[in-house]
Amino acid sequence: MFPNSFEYIAPTTLTETIELLQRHGYDAKVLAGGQSLLPMMKLRVAAPPILIDINGIDELKGWREENGFLRIGALVRHSELEHADELRARYPLLAETAVWIADPLVRNLGTVCGSLAHADPASDWGAAMLALHAQVEAIGPGGKRQIPIDDFFVDTFTPALEETEIATAVLIPTPAGRTAGRYLKIERKAGDFAIAGLAIHVSIASDGTVAEAGFGICACGPIPLRGKRAEEYLLGKKLTPETIEAVSRLVPEDADPTDDLRGSAEYKRDVLRVFAKRGLSDIAKELQGEVVLR
Amino acid sequence: MKIRVRVNGQTYESDVEPRKLLVYYLRDDLGLTGTHVGCDTTSCGACTVLLDGKAVKSCTVLAVQANGCDVMTVEGLERDGQLHPLQTAFWEEHGLQCGYCTPGMLMSGYALLQTNPHPSEEEIRRGISGNLCRCTGYMNIVKAIRSAAVKLADASAEPSKEVAASGSSSD
Amino acid sequence: MAVRQTELRPLGKSVGRKEDPRFIRGKGRYLDDISLPGMLYMCLVRSPYAHARIKSIDTSAALQAPGVKLVITGEDLAAMNLAWMPTMANDQQMVLATGKVLFQYQEVAAVIAETREQAEDAAQLVYVEYEPLPVVVDPFKALESDAPILREDREQKSNLIFHWEAGDKEATEELFRNAPVVVKQDVRFPRVHPSPLEPCGCIADYNSATGKLTWYVTSQAPHAHRTVLSLVSGLPEHQIRVISPDVGGGFGNKVPVYPGYVCAIVASLKLGKPVKWIETRTENTTSTGFARDYHMTAEIAAEEDGRVLALRVKTIADHGAFDAAADPSKFPAGLFSIVTGSYDFKEAFVEVDGVYTNKAPGGVAYRCSFRVTEAAYLIERVMDVLARRVGVDPAELRRRNFIRKEQFPYKSPTGWTYDSGDYEKTLALALEKIGYEQLRKEQAEKRARGELMGIGISTFTEVVGAGPSHTFDIMGIKMFDSAQIRVHPTGKVIARLGVRHQGQGHETTFAQIIAEELGLSTDDVIVEEGDTDTAPYGLGTYASRSTPTAGGAAALCARRIREKAKKIAAHLLEVGEDDVVFDGVGFSAKGLASRTVTMKDIAFAAYTNVPEGMEPGLEATYYYDPPNLTFPHGAYIAVVDIDKGTGAVKVRRFLAVDDCGTVINPMIVEGQVHGGLTEGFAIAFMQDIPFDEDGNCLATNWMDYLVPTALDTPKWETDRTVTPSPHHPIGAKGVGESPNVGSPAAFVNAVVDALAPLGVEHIDMPIYPWKVWKILREHGVTE
Repeated sequence: MFPNSFEYIAPTTLTETIELLQRHGYDAKVLAGGQSLLPMMKLRVAAPPILIDINGIDELKGWREENGFLRIGALVRHSELEHADELRARYPLLAETAVWIADPLVRNLGTVCGSLAHADPASDWGAAMLALHAQVEAIGPGGKRQIPIDDFFVDTFTPALEETEIATAVLIPTPAGRTAGRYLKIERKAGDFAIAGLAIHVSIASDGTVAEAGFGICACGPIPLRGKRAEEYLLGKKLTPETIEAVSRLVPEDADPTDDLRGSAEYKRDVLRVFAKRGLSDIAKELQGEVVLR
Repeated sequence: MKIRVRVNGQTYESDVEPRKLLVYYLRDDLGLTGTHVGCDTTSCGACTVLLDGKAVKSCTVLAVQANGCDVMTVEGLERDGQLHPLQTAFWEEHGLQCGYCTPGMLMSGYALLQTNPHPSEEEIRRGISGNLCRCTGYMNIVKAIRSAAVKLADASAEPSKEVAASGSSSD
Repeated sequence: MAVRQTELRPLGKSVGRKEDPRFIRGKGRYLDDISLPGMLYMCLVRSPYAHARIKSIDTSAALQAPGVKLVITGEDLAAMNLAWMPTMANDQQMVLATGKVLFQYQEVAAVIAETREQAEDAAQLVYVEYEPLPVVVDPFKALESDAPILREDREQKSNLIFHWEAGDKEATEELFRNAPVVVKQDVRFPRVHPSPLEPCGCIADYNSATGKLTWYVTSQAPHAHRTVLSLVSGLPEHQIRVISPDVGGGFGNKVPVYPGYVCAIVASLKLGKPVKWIETRTENTTSTGFARDYHMTAEIAAEEDGRVLALRVKTIADHGAFDAAADPSKFPAGLFSIVTGSYDFKEAFVEVDGVYTNKAPGGVAYRCSFRVTEAAYLIERVMDVLARRVGVDPAELRRRNFIRKEQFPYKSPTGWTYDSGDYEKTLALALEKIGYEQLRKEQAEKRARGELMGIGISTFTEVVGAGPSHTFDIMGIKMFDSAQIRVHPTGKVIARLGVRHQGQGHETTFAQIIAEELGLSTDDVIVEEGDTDTAPYGLGTYASRSTPTAGGAAALCARRIREKAKKIAAHLLEVGEDDVVFDGVGFSAKGLASRTVTMKDIAFAAYTNVPEGMEPGLEATYYYDPPNLTFPHGAYIAVVDIDKGTGAVKVRRFLAVDDCGTVINPMIVEGQVHGGLTEGFAIAFMQDIPFDEDGNCLATNWMDYLVPTALDTPKWETDRTVTPSPHHPIGAKGVGESPNVGSPAAFVNAVVDALAPLGVEHIDMPIYPWKVWKILREHGVTE
């Protein structure tokens, strides 16, 4: 199977890229990791006349911490976050999530931002970024803007990016206090899209109460969803068997799954409940100093 | 579109259509048919090659994206008529049957050992989880990669040996 | 680990594979690696509808697209009388659709262009106007009187393809009437696909000057394909050369002749150029030979202690739009009547109804001896239902019912004569090795804590090696197989066989048989298969038949060489022929071990110094018509744990004890077992090709047809017992398929065993986590 014919352009600056997007509009597609786009083009589900390869734009590479955020550039591959030991303590959810995405070969090319911009309802990163309360940075002809992750997923495969805009980074607020994260996913086989996925981010204040709580759900709705009720409940409370139990019942309430070949809606909701309980129990143990073997 | 790619140490200059996938560039333009195609959906990994040292599925990379890059295929494993220890291990441990997935498995195994010279069984299974095999049930592939890791460790303890040199040459 | 190829007496040793050096270097030569001068590429246009009338096909835009040389439609083929082709099951199948399409992804037109990309681009420009028709997906509904009749080309007024029976109906009924215990279970074997890593394809290369067609094709049965092709096309058989190069896995998928093959040949005939067609994965999954899709109901009549009396089975077999099952002619339901398995049933009666539906054709023997997998799965599953009902441990129930060692050769109630077996011994070894009693104790403790652990047993018997010519033929061609051995003057041997390996290691195992018989090392023997111009006629590699048939041919052919060698040895040793003894390495004069000649000496003499009156040279051909089939068996045990929260099943342990008779190469046998178990695991837990009510295929490629990765696959434990086949020349039985045939029941039995405290008696495959979860919730089990 082969993609359609297209014109290939590889700009080296963002300015050039924006100009190209302005010139070609809907006809142009941005190629970063290509691990979703190229298979779609091979299957001819997508057939863009113009392909703008951004892999040569240096300013989109790498991650760094600045202004209270971890800034993950648009060309950061999944595998970079999987193996970034420096990030493990403060952003544990990143490596936790990365390892669940497809397989090591795909992770070597696929990008975090590309995955978000693809806006797949089963996006593992979608769930993780919701849990981390991230923002997507986009640049277009009008300049730069930050889009809160809650506003970023408009609909299935539809991100809040203008035709002339490009996602340049995802920004994750640096957590205060001790932090733990879990990504729980059930899949039909290793590397498959999720049947249901739940990303959990918790940081606790010095008094042991929850200072930050994030729950991101994927594959259980038209877009990745926030476990809002659970977050609101947990803030300021301590992680106890009772609060964990309560949260585990709240998480499914924010999910909106459907019956499909991956199981019934009822099943997916219940798995989210089980995941919330397991994930938080693990996190509670970890934050209380116990090493959790996984 | 003109591209310049270094494949297994040799530089090629070619004119390719932008839509040409790297795997077909290697197979049809360069005659390196060891890299195989098994699916349409980036699922099977039969097309695995090293692109600038990283294992990727060459059916999901455009040849033009490899412009200026270093590519290593299964044909690049053997050096001066000497099989790479990974190749020998696949032979000795019966790590292949029909042979179709084998080049991709070898390249994933090679990439894994580059970053993790002493992988556990679990790490090997994770490392080759992007490569499907329909014949072996993976048992002997895992065994072969472990055995190669041991051989490479022994060889690198004696740096003068050939295998030590070829073990890190794709970087 | 493999041993060296230079050893003498190689039979039974783990000799390193001779085929590997090319594969590990990327120097295998698979179909798509072949490129011929001036070669064109073909792409097929396929139907988006499962059932629709074709109102019109407009090829004009495609014909004007860059590089396009030819577009073929069904009407073009009809003009050549090639719109339909015969299937191996005595049905016919459309090559390119005329009138209407009968399944989604059916072949409608072929586009031939200068490059692959051009062919694919132009295929999108073939405009077909369809008028959708009512779709029949459910085979039970297909049999209802008001169902639309799918096949207009057949005169029949229903969608029934065949009704087939085996066993004694009356005698079976009689036993059921008086039986103290009767159990009944509906069991579905889902539609699955062999999915070899290399898809199917071919290059047709017709030379108009010589009139010869060279056809490179991914074929498990090149000779059979040549004959079929000759019959279909009218081309003389000696003007067709079929070359099956290295085959990247087959598992039954590369046995049938597919429409794309015929189209490529027609295109080459028309254009006088080589035409290559390589299927995409999607095309492979959606249109080529699927397997199974059996809806079975089994009943066992038994005594109160679980001793079985009779078996009654009724099956609806969904064959799709065309009956393209690759079964021997006399067996429309394959060898399904082996369904009494390892147990001494007094009577049995088996019925199978084959049905047309709007799905892809097939019913191939997927790593299976023609429907043996369905049979083994059914009996092993229902024996567990019986065990539960009578309250006897499943291992003990099997033991009570085994055909005993002294009963062989055993005549089964459905007419098979089992050659040999020792089921007790194999099961005993398996139970001991896995620590069965200990596991049952652990299970009891876990159950007390509310944990779900299951142990599943399968003690299956297979029937393989089709087969004896009195019973087995495909389209009239008897199913013997062949070997031809040439010993060159320096003692180096080339052997050619009628089968075609796809990973089984024939280049090594057949070399071992021949080397053993001739006193050589495997290094001295090259095995070649897959070229009909050079290899003797044979029916190919599938249904675990290579070792039982061609393996027998190889041994007997070598013995024919040895007979002549013995005469030459007598001449060289200057003794009478009766005074020459062969010790496996050389020939010596009786009582004079020091006077020895080797096969190498004899080979040289065969061309330089033969006794007066003897024909020079040293070669032989042997067509081996086996006297019976072989009956490998095994005892498999699976141990599983179930996650109560998600319903996920973890296979903690799996032990396979196989008995395939004489073992030629233990390393290769073990490798075959690992691979077969993995496919059995996939079938039990992952693989299915479902359709929606409009006939849309819902698992079209490896995104949704799930092939397990190294992370999903359990770790396999293996062992074996050896009960040689009394009739096979070296006592071998074939093993490639046993693990795929025997394992699904062990997995399912283990899961059902884990859920048994809830009263669960059966779950259909594939056992997805949400199915288990649903059962757990229905019984109030939750985390």
